[in-house]
Amino acid sequence: MHDIDESRRSGCTTMTRRKAVGTLAAGALAASGAMPLAGRFAQAQSSEPIRIGFQVHRTGIGAAYGRWYDRTTQAAAKRINDAGGINGRPVEIIAEDDGTDPKRGAEVVEKFATQHNCDIAFGTLFSHVVIGSAPRAGELKLPYFVVSEGHHVASGILNRYTLQPGITDVKSQVEAMGPFVAENLGKKVTMIFPDFAFGHDHRDYFSASLERQGGTVVEKIAIPPTETSFTKYFPRIPQDTEVVYHVMVGPAILTFVKEMGEFFGPSSPEIFGFLDSLEAVDLASPGLEFLEGSYFWEGNPRYAQPDQSEHDKLYRAAVGVDDNGASVSDSKDVSTYSHMFGCWETLYVVKAGMEASGYAGPADRAKLIEAVEAMTEIPHSAEHPQGAKIFNGKTHQVFGHQYISRVSDGRLDVVHTTSIKDTFYEDETDYTAQSF
Amino acid sequence: MDFGPYLFLATLEGAITAAVISLTAAGLSIVFGVMRVVNVAHGEFFMLGAVLSWWIATAVGVHPAIGFLAALVIAPPAVGLLAALADSLVLKRIQYDPERTIVATIGLLYIIQQTALMTFGPDARPVEPPFNSRIALPWIEYGEGGFALTWPWGLGTTTYKLAVIAAAIVVLAALWLLMKHTRFGLIMRATRLDRDMALAFGIPVHRVYALVFGLGAGLAALGAVLIVPVQQAHYLMGGDPLLLSFIVVIIGGLGSLPGTLVAAVLIGLSDGIISVFFSPTLAKILATLLVAFVLVFRPEGLFGRRRT
Repeated sequence: MHDIDESRRSGCTTMTRRKAVGTLAAGALAASGAMPLAGRFAQAQSSEPIRIGFQVHRTGIGAAYGRWYDRTTQAAAKRINDAGGINGRPVEIIAEDDGTDPKRGAEVVEKFATQHNCDIAFGTLFSHVVIGSAPRAGELKLPYFVVSEGHHVASGILNRYTLQPGITDVKSQVEAMGPFVAENLGKKVTMIFPDFAFGHDHRDYFSASLERQGGTVVEKIAIPPTETSFTKYFPRIPQDTEVVYHVMVGPAILTFVKEMGEFFGPSSPEIFGFLDSLEAVDLASPGLEFLEGSYFWEGNPRYAQPDQSEHDKLYRAAVGVDDNGASVSDSKDVSTYSHMFGCWETLYVVKAGMEASGYAGPADRAKLIEAVEAMTEIPHSAEHPQGAKIFNGKTHQVFGHQYISRVSDGRLDVVHTTSIKDTFYEDETDYTAQSF
Repeated sequence: MDFGPYLFLATLEGAITAAVISLTAAGLSIVFGVMRVVNVAHGEFFMLGAVLSWWIATAVGVHPAIGFLAALVIAPPAVGLLAALADSLVLKRIQYDPERTIVATIGLLYIIQQTALMTFGPDARPVEPPFNSRIALPWIEYGEGGFALTWPWGLGTTTYKLAVIAAAIVVLAALWLLMKHTRFGLIMRATRLDRDMALAFGIPVHRVYALVFGLGAGLAALGAVLIVPVQQAHYLMGGDPLLLSFIVVIIGGLGSLPGTLVAAVLIGLSDGIISVFFSPTLAKILATLLVAFVLVFRPEGLFGRRRT
């Protein structure tokens, strides 16, 4: 915290947002031909690939996410390269396992900067790994594009080098869920969430959102993310609960959901879950029948919907996902569809940022960040198949549509799509005031 | 949920933990009792049992009950065989030297864990239970009309979970009979009491060691096969059972089977109940504290025999 405060203070005097945009405009002018020599020089470097360090959960509790983040990233990189790369240079993905471990995460970021000579770092999901790695990325002045969902970026605890332009954060997601839950399911809610930063975001922001709707959270049950048996936690659900709100992560999520079903038996309250509790898990697994009729938040609809967009079709095919959200080569290998689109979209934000800033090498890292900070509206497109988005350059966080689906006949059907406006909240920080 | 039914449910959950831990700890205890080997890789044999169980159940694949039964029959002996092999390839070569066996089994731990990661992968995989129906449990409540049976919300268990507890009791009884009333048990006890004398009486001590090491690992694997339909197989699942087994074995007394059983029930239930009413961390803290007290005031364990 000390470092951030200090850099923020000094930042006020050296760099403002307007100045940054000014620099950007000058850069664009230069790139567009005012300096032909420099232009030719950039062309001469074109064979050198742009190296993107990909921090991935290959092992540890995030492995299922890591597998699909990897497939999505490789598919996006291939599509970018097939279309001519970035600024005429091919993209090279350099993947390193962070073991879903914060300490290892910071080491991996360091390897990207010092050993692999990466232009940027990108990728990881679990909030504790991001929070552990971001300070090191800031010290190394390595742009760090995370696909993590946590509120830590927009909350202001990280730094100017850390951005989340491809996936919405928990706070904005739950802001938009509160009204739906209170209006359609019930006002007395029991929350079950993992006991670390990501789960705490759910606890704090959903409670606030629900209270604004006149509802109350009657009990908050925190479960350690490494827990393997859950029945012992469920008796804490008060009898007058109308809605159980669940979000769980880790290798034991199937056990979690199954035991919840066994606990309630035939007399269950309404159930509203974040699909995190079922990412990479087949909805048809035995023991999950009780979920029929319950509701889920989805980041991106796992099952192809009747009104599926062209863009989703293209993205699904490129990554190798079938209409049920599973791998085309193995129907048992279910994707993490609600999160992995973030990798695809982030890489395209990086591409757009590098092109706008005329990125030529590590010396232009600050220019790249300024270019991304200058982004605002991102249209629904093949590059952004989940939907249109609005990027907030001050908080380094993107905002987008959220989906609510109902389980019927063993699949998830979207019943409500929130507007982007539903997910807004007041800025809590201004990273552009920090110096580079 | 009211206090009574809540406590009952927590006890039931604790009993399942106790059942699995007692099998795993019995394996650890036998290995230490007979061979004086502190097997740090014990938790990995547990994990192997679970992983193999998934493999077998998937390969058989007709009906969940047949797949599970095949896993139950094949996985523990397979793990036992592997452990026996490790014994003759590694532990025998270092003459069962206490310090070196600890280091060697740490090596085994990493080899097994990383091999599982490389072949089985990092995902958690479920095994379908052979049968699994939910039973709602009644509760006696004193109301206006005297005592009455009620069916509190959420108070229930599954037939499979009850079967796990029953199976553990049967296996432990069989193990006790094996130790007390068979020739193999006699040989094991003789080897434990005095290795040199056993050797002098023509007992093939090295073969006994390999068998015991295999038996210990097989028991851990059996515990895993039983629990995997409840919990899923995962390559990192060996850590907790190892820690709990050590706690149980130290409290119960190394090498004492009844002590192991009592300590397993004690730790399993307290883990279930304390983590429900307070926190899982507190449950671990108290268990570790108990270990410390036992080591200070009764180093031979609650049921261990003091060496004179």
